[in-house]
Amino acid sequence: MQTHRHEVIIVGAGGAGLMAALYASRNTDTAVISKLYPTRSHTGAAQGGISAALGNHEEDNPDWHVYDTVKGSDYLADQDAVEILCREAIDVVLELEHMGLPFDRTPDGRIAQRRFGGHTSNFGEKPVRRACHAADRTGHMILQTLYQQCIKNDVNFYDEFHVVDLIMNGDRPAGIVAIELGTGEMHIFQAKSILFATGGWGKVWQISSNAYTLTGDGNAILLRKGLPAQDMEFYQFHPTGIFRLGILITEGVRGEGGVLLNDKGERFMERYAPTIKDLASRDVVSRAIYLEVQEGRGINGKGYVHLDITPETVNHYLQKEGEKRRIDREYIETKLPDILDFCRTYLGVDPVHEPMPVQPTAHYAMGGIPTNAETEILANAAGDIVPGLYAAGECACVSVHGANRLGTNSLNDLVVFGRRGGLRAAEYAKDADWVPLPDDPAGEIRAALEGIRNANGSTRPIELRERMMTIMSRDVGVFRTEEGMSRALEEIRELQETFRTDLTIDDTGHIFNFDLLEAWETGNLLDLAEVTAASALARRESRGAHSREDFPERDDENFLTHTLATVDVNGKISLDYKPVVITKHQPKERVY
Amino acid sequence: MEVTLKVRRFNPEQDEKPYFAEYTLKDVEPVDRVLDLLHHVKWYIDGTLALRRSCAHGICGSDAMRINGVNMLACKALVQNLIKGERGTIQVEPMYGLKVIKDLVVDMEPFFDHYRSVMPFLVNDTIPEGGRERLQTPEQRERFDEGTKCILCAACTTSCPSYWANGTYVGPAAIVQAHRFIFDSRDEAGADRLAVLSEENGVWRCRTIFNCTTACPREIPVTQLIAEVKGEIGRR
Repeated sequence: MQTHRHEVIIVGAGGAGLMAALYASRNTDTAVISKLYPTRSHTGAAQGGISAALGNHEEDNPDWHVYDTVKGSDYLADQDAVEILCREAIDVVLELEHMGLPFDRTPDGRIAQRRFGGHTSNFGEKPVRRACHAADRTGHMILQTLYQQCIKNDVNFYDEFHVVDLIMNGDRPAGIVAIELGTGEMHIFQAKSILFATGGWGKVWQISSNAYTLTGDGNAILLRKGLPAQDMEFYQFHPTGIFRLGILITEGVRGEGGVLLNDKGERFMERYAPTIKDLASRDVVSRAIYLEVQEGRGINGKGYVHLDITPETVNHYLQKEGEKRRIDREYIETKLPDILDFCRTYLGVDPVHEPMPVQPTAHYAMGGIPTNAETEILANAAGDIVPGLYAAGECACVSVHGANRLGTNSLNDLVVFGRRGGLRAAEYAKDADWVPLPDDPAGEIRAALEGIRNANGSTRPIELRERMMTIMSRDVGVFRTEEGMSRALEEIRELQETFRTDLTIDDTGHIFNFDLLEAWETGNLLDLAEVTAASALARRESRGAHSREDFPERDDENFLTHTLATVDVNGKISLDYKPVVITKHQPKERVY
Repeated sequence: MEVTLKVRRFNPEQDEKPYFAEYTLKDVEPVDRVLDLLHHVKWYIDGTLALRRSCAHGICGSDAMRINGVNMLACKALVQNLIKGERGTIQVEPMYGLKVIKDLVVDMEPFFDHYRSVMPFLVNDTIPEGGRERLQTPEQRERFDEGTKCILCAACTTSCPSYWANGTYVGPAAIVQAHRFIFDSRDEAGADRLAVLSEENGVWRCRTIFNCTTACPREIPVTQLIAEVKGEIGRR
């Protein structure tokens, strides 16, 4: 077993991890540890844009961005953190351009911006062009640009090292344990500051836009250390995933003028969001699609609707709304090339000629590891921090997204809080002492992994995953009830029990043993599914992405609070609550 | 459909040399991806099968492999495009030219070494007054658009006979990355990159075979970009 030492360790190499690495490595010995080669990270799948109130096409203002984000969050976001997000978004977008990010350009050479769901001017008046983009591959460009800068700055990478545990010495973090995939060897990394940037866990659900590798490892590791998970009941279902496959179709399609149509050819969002229609928040649009399908207006009575970006349809509605702009096929090819490629490849559908079949797809975790705006991990509802531990990006919950994230606000979140995290982790590491490693720091995780490697039960990990995805999609999806969630919780716990007592895998080797590590990831997903269901069950109201049929109204009197879930050593979940930070925008009815 | 999936297997902890394993898969849908078939084997038949994959829709670049003799991403290769009729065989092998570690997993380090050798990052330390964005016209931006699509999957480099013959050749992917910066109006290190690429392991090892262009899952005209770099070396 090898032991390494770096002042700052960053776990995960997506947008948040790489931005943190760029900043931390300026003045501290920093290393990035990632189970994937950095450019495989799922930041690269983000499509439509990163929002910042640059005002390159029309008047815009970070205060409007704050308002939209707070309203989009259904008033659950912490408004002090949202202020930071929206103001610093401007700096980071410009910084990304300075790093070389190839944004699309306006005719006069500035960064091009498009409309996106929930982004408006003058506090909800009309849609505004705020999403800075590079065609429909903005996330890819961010990931590539940040990785390029890491190469330029000679950042240390441990690629294909899978982090499996956090080493604590008493209540202080001392390092992490990782498996080198190529050898199967365990490595200990001692560190002063550890920043988790491990992304989401969309593979809890059946239809998902997420990569196979998004299994919430960092979140599950921290839960096992007794640290809380915040607002886990708020999971975003993106309205437009490719039917059955779940592959994301960017909201940028609607930003460019695309519309959602039901089986009768009706633009149904006019009924659900009369002002901004198809550009309402994602939770609103996903519910609308679900209801259209439930009421028999899915295409041919099936579980999907149409997303139409054909010039004929788009221009028809542009004309109807008195807009001067018109689009043609060439414009769509330029602005949405990857979307066209996905539809042509996987569906044989050509979106410049015919509509795309779409359904809501599990997409993004608003909840996660609770942090303050400096990305310091919080240990409890009182806000005590764990010195030396940080989290940023999707795995974290600052909270800037509250109960529902606006499109494009994940990318600025990654870069804004990745930067803050890198700076803070480095600053702490400069003055902090090394926390000594305890005896046999990898003992516990080694026993757990050997238990899986040598398990002689009869259940393959895939059976557990498939059951879990079915249960969670059925009972903890777009709409939820007491009865369904109770049933889900019980069934997930049965699966956890099976995981502990009746698992089997085939690969007992060491080199690239994905069988073993995917089984371990399955355990992580089950733990996160359980906490999600338990947190959701206790929230007896509807807010943002958490929609209860039995409690259809938002209840600010009882639930204008963040949920904090912890799991004790016996596996018992406890829920605690902490207040939402409200500064300028008092909660009011949310209408689009 | 019924598919016979032939997979080149090698487990360094057990096998002396690689071999082909055959799996008969029934009830395959024409729109299934080769990745779905490999997952089926791995999840339900033999969990020891090793392959890299992540996003499963052609963006992350993890699952480039040789499918029926041609480099593709397993997540973008649909069964209906590989087999006509109700049954057939699909052969899957690791990419050529990089050392096989286990099954479909190859050693990517030489590939990333070549990538790093061309300075794949913008060089320009001046920032406009007020910290605003540098200006670039849509035409200037369009000039290097093709190269920005690259996902570093290595399908091009490992389809190149020149690279198979000589692994010190930087390979098509690295040249595409260099092109992306050489033709970016904001960059100031074009000459340095061209110097690297005019050396013996640079662009001149390209024999214009076009395998790279065929292999690219992002439809980048790789051979054309290499030719443009060759032309730029001549011009400067």
